[in-house]
Amino acid sequence: MQRATMDLWVGLFVMAGIGALLVLALKVGNLGTYSANDSYQVTGNFENIGGLKVRAPVKSAGVVVGRVTDIQFSTETYDALVIMNIDTRYKFPKDTFASILTSGLIGEQYIGLAAGGDEATLKDGDTIMKTNSALVLEEMIGKFLFNKASEGGSNENSGKN
Amino acid sequence: MPRRIVTGIQSVGHRVIDSIWRLGYASRFFLLTLIKSGTSLRRFTLVIRELYFTGVQSLIIILVSGLFVGMVLGLQGFETLQRYGAESAVGTMVALSLLRELGPVVSALLFASRAGSAITAEIGLMKATEQLAAMEMMAVDPIARVVAPRFWAGVISMPLLAGLFSAIGIYGGYLVAVVLIGVDEGSFWSQMQSAVDFRYDVVNGIIKTCVFGVAVTAIAVFEGYDAAPTAEGVSGATTRTVVTSSLAILGLDFILTSFMFRGMG
Repeated sequence: MQRATMDLWVGLFVMAGIGALLVLALKVGNLGTYSANDSYQVTGNFENIGGLKVRAPVKSAGVVVGRVTDIQFSTETYDALVIMNIDTRYKFPKDTFASILTSGLIGEQYIGLAAGGDEATLKDGDTIMKTNSALVLEEMIGKFLFNKASEGGSNENSGKN
Repeated sequence: MPRRIVTGIQSVGHRVIDSIWRLGYASRFFLLTLIKSGTSLRRFTLVIRELYFTGVQSLIIILVSGLFVGMVLGLQGFETLQRYGAESAVGTMVALSLLRELGPVVSALLFASRAGSAITAEIGLMKATEQLAAMEMMAVDPIARVVAPRFWAGVISMPLLAGLFSAIGIYGGYLVAVVLIGVDEGSFWSQMQSAVDFRYDVVNGIIKTCVFGVAVTAIAVFEGYDAAPTAEGVSGATTRTVVTSSLAILGLDFILTSFMFRGMG
């Protein structure tokens, strides 16, 4: 085989291979849209995180603004500490409300941030004060049944709640 | 009777010592290849020639099997996921299974049987026809001239081939799920992109293929260099290359997976 033809084929092969890796990085992975480099870290104390996992998205108004990087358990407050990285492009007021929500009926859980009205913004290492736990289905059903039972005993017509 | 037991134990011991000796010889040979690869990296045309034989000529089988593996994943994934009404997650399933496991492992197995066996047969035949001995007579180091270029060509082409395998597999899944079955195109790609993490899935897959590339080509060049210089010896060495490197790929894959993907996500 001619040397030049061989060089041509090898060049094509290497370029196609690198192109495939780029496709995997940009089109399949989400490297283009989200980079973990420029982000700040905030912590949230939750009473119950339900099924939240590390790498779950942090969303505000439905837009992904960060990711959960670590979940710990605090023996001082007996709360769950959720550490999340939020993109520096997005600033949030100090009194932002963080709650654990579920996408869809059986979808994955994520953290939803609802901005407050404070002038000061969250900085690296801050803690979110206002949090709302995950809804645990068993507790909800338990409460519902308990309410029903107590209402049924006192007043049969006010079973709307 | 005791004499028989003694010889039995002796044969076990002999085998153990023999295999440990061979392992030591193989690792010394591997180190020697690394040390002497300076020449082949300086004269890069040697590596380019081998890249043609190991990389370019493996393209057809890698691309065709990648396409079909992706298409089958798309079909089976759709079949199972539609029972839960989650057929738009088929893109996620195809991409994650290709990037994490099937891309690296299947392309490495194909690479071992397509290119690894060819490397072993070539080097073994060179040894059988005393070409390696002739090189040594001319003060040309056969490890630097013959073994190292083949080793580096294999190490370079393995990640590229696996990347092509995964990429074309994902498009195969797209072809079946979106074009033929009619899953929504937007949710196919967007669910895939939100589930696949660059560092966690893509980079770990590339690390796997690099490890497999080193393992397969190191086994292939060693078996070729170590082959008995007869027709039988070369055929036995070629078989051993395919068997040993396939087992090595599967074993290494389990070890790497257990380190990389531990209960996250």
